[in-house]
Amino acid sequence: MNAPYFLDHIWLIPLFPLLTAGLMLLAGRRLKNPVISVLCVGSVFVSFLYSVGAFFQLLSLPVEDRVASKHLFDWIPAIPFHTLAGTLGQFRADWGFQIDPLSAVMILIVTGVGLLIHVYSTGYMAHEGGYYRFFGYLNLFMFSMLMLVLGNNLLVMFVGWEGVGTCSYLLIGFYFRRKSAADAGKKAFVVNRVGDAGFLLGIFLTSALLGTIHFNEIGPALAAGNFQAGDPRILAIALLLFVGATGKSAQIPLYVWLPDAMEGPTPVSALIHAATMVTAGVYMVARMNMIYLLAPAAMSVVAVIGACTALYAASMGVVQNDIKKVLAYSTISQLGYMFLACGVGAFTAGIFHLMTHAFFKGLLFLAAGSVIHALSGEQDMRKMGGLAKKIPVTYWTMLIASLAIAGIFPFAGFMSKDLILSKTYEKDFWLWSIGYLTAGMTAFYMFRLVFMTFYGHSRVGHEAEHHIHESPKSMLIPLVILAALSVAGGWLSWPEILGGNSRFIHFLEPVIAVPHALRAEAARGPGSQTGEIYLMLLSEALVLAGIFLAWYVYIKRRELAERLARAFGGLYDLVYHKYYVDELYDALFVNRAEDLGLALGSFDTNIIDGLGVNGAAWLTRFVSRLSIWWDTWIVDGSVRLGSRIVWVFSWPVRMIQDGLVQNYMLVIVIGLIGVLAYYFHLAHSMVH
Amino acid sequence: MLPIGNYLFLSFTLFTIGVIGVLTRRNVIVMLMSIELILNAVNINLVAFSRYWGTVDGQVFAIFIITDAAAEAAVGLGIILAFFRNRQTVLADEMDMLRW
Repeated sequence: MNAPYFLDHIWLIPLFPLLTAGLMLLAGRRLKNPVISVLCVGSVFVSFLYSVGAFFQLLSLPVEDRVASKHLFDWIPAIPFHTLAGTLGQFRADWGFQIDPLSAVMILIVTGVGLLIHVYSTGYMAHEGGYYRFFGYLNLFMFSMLMLVLGNNLLVMFVGWEGVGTCSYLLIGFYFRRKSAADAGKKAFVVNRVGDAGFLLGIFLTSALLGTIHFNEIGPALAAGNFQAGDPRILAIALLLFVGATGKSAQIPLYVWLPDAMEGPTPVSALIHAATMVTAGVYMVARMNMIYLLAPAAMSVVAVIGACTALYAASMGVVQNDIKKVLAYSTISQLGYMFLACGVGAFTAGIFHLMTHAFFKGLLFLAAGSVIHALSGEQDMRKMGGLAKKIPVTYWTMLIASLAIAGIFPFAGFMSKDLILSKTYEKDFWLWSIGYLTAGMTAFYMFRLVFMTFYGHSRVGHEAEHHIHESPKSMLIPLVILAALSVAGGWLSWPEILGGNSRFIHFLEPVIAVPHALRAEAARGPGSQTGEIYLMLLSEALVLAGIFLAWYVYIKRRELAERLARAFGGLYDLVYHKYYVDELYDALFVNRAEDLGLALGSFDTNIIDGLGVNGAAWLTRFVSRLSIWWDTWIVDGSVRLGSRIVWVFSWPVRMIQDGLVQNYMLVIVIGLIGVLAYYFHLAHSMVH
Repeated sequence: MLPIGNYLFLSFTLFTIGVIGVLTRRNVIVMLMSIELILNAVNINLVAFSRYWGTVDGQVFAIFIITDAAAEAAVGLGIILAFFRNRQTVLADEMDMLRW
């Protein structure tokens, strides 16, 4: 087989960032900043070129053949076992890569937006310590994310999934000397663990039920197993995988880590917590669409969670004062839209919104970073204002991004958001109404941000006011490019109803395992074209109303904002404190975990250490005391008794041996006399 | 020629004086001198019997004993000197370390 060059070498795409990441983390300390910039940005640039090459070579293939895979080497060899469905399956995973329209789009987003953010970072991080560390982590993240989207089986995907989680943790806690940053990193990591546990269980169940974890074999396995829609085992897989997605993509109930993740440097927020990593959950759900399409109940769960998250996060975004926190809640809200799209079966629309969101939300974060940079680190919007004239490039790009996210025609956000809303409307009116309401709130809080930051009179502190400056070129060029994409990115899928051809959507369609009947129905287009037009007009009207309201409250009658806050004091407090969900989780889980830890600690001290270790020590001491007693009185006693006996009986002998030589002499003399006397006696008696 | 009994009596007297000296005197040097007396008593005995029997054996033995006595005196005095250096005494009843 002779695959085109780039398709045969997709495995190189993650490899380039990995090489520079390894170099940075091993030897980066000794490298000069310009060298680091060239190496790290260069490796991402090469990856981007390979991605573009792969994309175009994929495009040149016939539609039904648009999938290429590359098997590098075996990881886990085939282990045969009986699946839950009773067939013979095998557990097998290899370091294999797969590119199809879905992953092609993902690698373009990841490397493209990633490249721009890398360039931006060279300016933003120029005066920060740990330059090499930052870029090392960033490149490690690029590697992991590319593994995630290019892996051809769930296990390789999971490796990337965990890799991006780790890099997210490392980069949120980049300013690790600040306790809040370190805590935020830990929080993100722990909350993600909860989701990852679900994901991992989902993988196990997939393998146990279908006997494979390779994406291109799951579909055939589902067909071969003759699984019916609504099969509870499929439902379980879908829900478990979705638990993983809620963790990574910050959906209810696991969204709490994302706002705190804003402690990381702003380029990190842009790359990881807006454009790429948090969308991994959406990608995964879209990738596993064949499972979800067989589990309508799970689809409903996804849609409802997505819609609720969208509305709920938007409501919190309305009252935040920290410029990055507003964007964080906005990200959660937009991710909700993507899941809403997936939940109503419009996976392609979800991915489309994922792409446009990567453009405009990446841009929003980078522009916010530029504002923060200009204001010497100020993030509180109450201390901004009137910046439009002072940093014009940042202002214009931010305005474009805000128009895009609000969904003003013909910006990118309009195309993707209205596609999602119209698809939702076809399915369920109530979900649509939630999404519709959210669109209005999005417009309101985004323009609240714009008006508070760039309009009105300046509330900047005297010291910071003095230092306001437009950011360097390395930061502005990515802003301008992303602004262009935020305008034009949506045109890739100009709606058919407005004379377009939805090219992007059709490009993605082969990936989605929609049953033929449904696809044919989809090809006929929505039921009523005029209906779709009305929906668009309706949402445009609401968005304009939201922008007008923001203008009215924050520009025209400034005092109104505080009056409203006071008028709805209780409600305002509730939303301002994020519905006290952090406190609730603290009370329900964190403190309970702490209690469990304390209980286990006390069990350890009292039972293990107390009864076990100290008890054993006490027993040993007791036994040894017994043994000492036995030794002293019985063993030694018998020895001493022997010596005492000898002592007693040796008394007469001791009396003789007194060490005085003259006594010995006397004994000798007496003995001699005795001997002589005996002989004389003998001689005498012999004579007689 | 004097009868042998006279010699034996002298010898016996000297021997007895020597033994009493060894047993009663505290000074080790005096004890050594008493031992010399005992040896000489033996010598007198040997010489007397040698003459009595008309052989020369006893006289040869006497010469040996005199040599022996000289050596013994040298060694004995050496020991006493060494002992005195260690203990600052030459009294026998203070030399009682060699007991149980």
